[in-house]
Amino acid sequence: MLKFFLQRVALTVPTFVALMFVTFVAIRLVPGDPVEVRVGERGISPERLAYFRHELGLDQPVWKQFLDYVWHLLHGDFGTSLVTNQKVLTEFATLFPATIELGLAGMLIAVLLGIPAGAMAAVKRGTWYDQLIMGLSVTGYSMPIFWWGLILIMVVAEGWGLTPVSGRIDLINYYFEPTTGFMLVDAWLSKQPGAFLDAVRHLILPAIVLGTIPLAVIARMTRSSMLEVLNEDYVRTARAKGLPPRRVIGIHALRNALIPVVTIIGLQVGTLVAGAVLTETIFSWPGVGKWLIEAVGRRDYPALQGGVMLISAIVMLVNLAVDVLYGVINPRIRHGG
Amino acid sequence: MKTTICAALAAVCSALSIAPAGAKTLVYCSEGSPENFTPAINTTGTSFDAARPVYDKLTEFERGTTKVEPGLAESWQVADGGKTITFKLRKGVKFHSGVNGFKPTRDFNADDVLFSFERQWKENHPYHKVSGGKYDYFGDMDMPKLLESIEKVDDYTVRMRLKEPNVAMLANLAMDFASIHSAEYAAMLDKAGKKEQFDQVPVGTGPFSFVMYQKDAVIRFKANKDYWGEKALVDDLVFAITPDPTTRYSKLKAGECHFVIAPRPADLPEMQKDKTLKVIQQPGLNIAYWSFNVLKPPLDKKEVRLALNMAIDKKSIIRDVYLGAGTAAKNLIPPTLWGYNDSVKDYPYDPGKAKALLKSAGVATPLDIDLWYMPVQRPYNPNAKRIAEMMQSDLAKIGVNAKLVTYEWGEYRKRAQQGEHMTVQLGWTGDNGDPDNFFFLRGCAAARPGGQNLSKWCDKAYDDRMNRAKTLSDNKERAKLYMEMQAIEHEAAPDLKIAHSVVWEAMRANVTGFKQSPLAAHQFNGVDLK
Repeated sequence: MLKFFLQRVALTVPTFVALMFVTFVAIRLVPGDPVEVRVGERGISPERLAYFRHELGLDQPVWKQFLDYVWHLLHGDFGTSLVTNQKVLTEFATLFPATIELGLAGMLIAVLLGIPAGAMAAVKRGTWYDQLIMGLSVTGYSMPIFWWGLILIMVVAEGWGLTPVSGRIDLINYYFEPTTGFMLVDAWLSKQPGAFLDAVRHLILPAIVLGTIPLAVIARMTRSSMLEVLNEDYVRTARAKGLPPRRVIGIHALRNALIPVVTIIGLQVGTLVAGAVLTETIFSWPGVGKWLIEAVGRRDYPALQGGVMLISAIVMLVNLAVDVLYGVINPRIRHGG
Repeated sequence: MKTTICAALAAVCSALSIAPAGAKTLVYCSEGSPENFTPAINTTGTSFDAARPVYDKLTEFERGTTKVEPGLAESWQVADGGKTITFKLRKGVKFHSGVNGFKPTRDFNADDVLFSFERQWKENHPYHKVSGGKYDYFGDMDMPKLLESIEKVDDYTVRMRLKEPNVAMLANLAMDFASIHSAEYAAMLDKAGKKEQFDQVPVGTGPFSFVMYQKDAVIRFKANKDYWGEKALVDDLVFAITPDPTTRYSKLKAGECHFVIAPRPADLPEMQKDKTLKVIQQPGLNIAYWSFNVLKPPLDKKEVRLALNMAIDKKSIIRDVYLGAGTAAKNLIPPTLWGYNDSVKDYPYDPGKAKALLKSAGVATPLDIDLWYMPVQRPYNPNAKRIAEMMQSDLAKIGVNAKLVTYEWGEYRKRAQQGEHMTVQLGWTGDNGDPDNFFFLRGCAAARPGGQNLSKWCDKAYDDRMNRAKTLSDNKERAKLYMEMQAIEHEAAPDLKIAHSVVWEAMRANVTGFKQSPLAAHQFNGVDLK
C-alpha cells in the first residue's frame, strides 16, 4: 500500500512543477503587462514605466523571474498582489472557504441525487424513467452555466421569490464578523435568529448551478457502471439465492458499481473549480474563481500564478486521495500498481 | 423583521453591532472590490466610490455638479498672479473614532493636509512606499511639476505655492486622490508596525465611517453623526459587491439593493416601465473621437477631413453600438461642462457632398487609409471594433478603403501617441470637471510625438486661447475663450467626434435625494429611503 501511495505522490510532484512552469510562461505570453494595464488614455512615460517594471522585477529575464518565484515559493511565499498589495496566500485563504462551501454543497447535491438517479435508471433500463433521467443528464451536462444560473435567478428568485437573488446572507438584516469564512458556520455561530437558514437559502441556487454538470456525469456513470455490474455472476447468484431485490441492488450491485464512480467524483473537483469561476460571478459569491478572473483582467501576475498553483495543488491532492481511496476499496488496483 | 428580533434579543443584538431598531440601511450594489481604501494609490471609479464615504477633501465638487466649493478648507485666497493659494481650514472637524482601535486626540488640522500630500509627493516620506507607492493621479494631474511648496502657516492655515499659475488646481484638489487622511492615525499604525493597515482600514472625516470590508462580498459604513457637512440620512450604508449587471438588476427588482451601478442598456426600457424603480441619466464626462493625423497626406487637407466627417452615419453608430447609452458629440467637451458651445453645428451625414469634397481636394479614389480601433472597451466606447466596421462600410461608399488595424492596448496607445496612424479611434474621460482637462487634447504641446494630441494638429489661434484661459480666474472669461476654441476646432475638423456616453443610474423608487454626478461619483450623504 505504501509503495502504491509513494508511486502516486512521485507522479504528482513533476506534474506540479511542469504546471508551475507552463502557467508562469503562459501568463507572461498574454499581451499587456501589469503596469500598462493600469494606465488609461493618458498613457505612461517611458521612465515611469521602466521604474515600476523594475520595482516589480518585470525587467528581469523570464527564466530569472521563474527561479526567483520558485525560490520564494519554497519559502512559502506566494508573492504579493500587484493590485491590492496583499499577500496572495492571505487573499486566497480569505476567499477559499466560500469556494469550498459552494463546491461541497454542489457536490452534495450531485452525489445525493446523481447516484440514486443513475442506479434507478440502470435497474429500470429501457423504461421511460431511464430515458427521462438520461435525457435530463445530457441536458444538464450541455447547459451553459451562465445561462442556467440566470434562468434560475429569474424564475426561482425573482419570479417565485423562493430564494434570494445572490450573495451569501441578507445584508440588511444580519451582520456579524466572519470567523471561519464558511457562511453556514459563521451564521450558526452568530446565534442570530434566522441567520443560518438565511445562509442556507442563499446557498441553494448557486449550489444547484454548480452541481448540475457533476450531477449529470455522476448519474450517467452510475448507470453504465451499474448496468455492467447487474450482469455479473455474483449478482445473478445473489438473486438466485432469493435475496430481496433491494438487497441485491443496494448491497451487491451498487457497492461494486460505485468504484469507478468514486474516481469520477474525484475528477469532477476540477469541473467544480472551473464552474465556480462563472457561478461565483453570477451569484456575487466571494470565492477564488471570481478573484482569478479579476486577476487575469488586471494582469496581476502573482495573484494569478499563486491562485492557479494553489488550486492545482488542491485538485491534485484530491485526485491523489481518490487514487488512494480507489486502491483501498479495489484491491486489484492496489496490487496491479 | 430585524426590529422584532432586536427587541427580543436586545442584548445579543447590541453585542453583535446590529443596527438599532428602526435603523435605515441603504444597500448599493457596486460592481467590484476596491483595490484598497486610499484613493491616492488607486485608479478605478470602483475604488474611489468605496473610499468616498469616508473622506473629505480641501475643496469639494458640489454634489451633482462640477462646481468647486469649500470642503475642509472653508475659504482660500489666490495671490501672486495665481501662484499662491492660502487655505483657511475648517475648525472643529473630527476624525472617525473607534475604527481599527483609533481614538483621535485632536481635531483635523494643517498636519493632516501636509501628511496627505507629502506622502504622495516626497519620496523620503515614511508612508511613500507603503502599498506599492504608485500615485498615478498625483502624477497625472502634473502635481509634482506644478507644486513649489506646501507649508503649514499655523494649525488652521496652509499655503500652497505653485511654479506657474494654474486655475484648475482648485478643481484638482476636489479630486479623490487629494482626500485628507489622519496624520495621527498614520503615526499610531507606524508605531505599532502596521503601516500597511493604513490603506486597508480607512479613517477620515467624511459623512460615513468605515465598519468592515469583506473582499468581493461587502463593505459596511455607518453614518458619522458628528459630520460637519451635509449629513447622512441613513444609519448604515452597505456596498453589496455584485459584478454581473443582470444579477444587479434582479437584486434591485427583488429589493435586495436600493441602488445599482451601471445598468445594462438592454434592460433600460423594462426598468423605465417598472413603477417600483427610478431611472435617471445624463451624458458622461467623456468623449469618443476618431482622430485624423494631419501630418499624413492627404489628411493634411481640410476638405478630406470634412469629407470623412460627412461620410459617417453617426446616428446609426449611436443607435446600434451605444444602444441608447450614448449621445452624438459635436464638441470635445460634453454638454454638462461649463463653456460648452451649443451653437456649433455638427457636420451632416452627406456621402454625396463628401465625395464632392474629396474630388475638389484633388484626391483620387479609391483612397487607402488605415483606421485604428482600440482592442478594449472603454467608458466612452462600448465596442470600438464594431464602430470601425460600420465606419469602414460608410467610407467604402465614398471610395475610401479603410484598413482596420489594432494592437494590444498598451502598444496601441504608445503607437498612436507617436503618430504612426493615419486615423485612430480613442477618447477621454474627464478627471476634474475643468474644460482645460479636455481641450489640451488638441493643444500644440500635446501634438509632439508621444503626446496625447492624436490628430497632431497644432493651431496657434486655438493654442493661444487655451494658454490664456489657464491664467484667468474668472470662469466667465474662460468660458468665452473655450467657446471660441470649439468653433476654431470644429472649422478645422482634425477629428470626428463620435459620442459622449450616457451614464444611467437605477434605483428603487423610494430612494430620494440622489444627485447624479457628471464625474460619475456615487455619493450617499443626503440620500434617504422613504
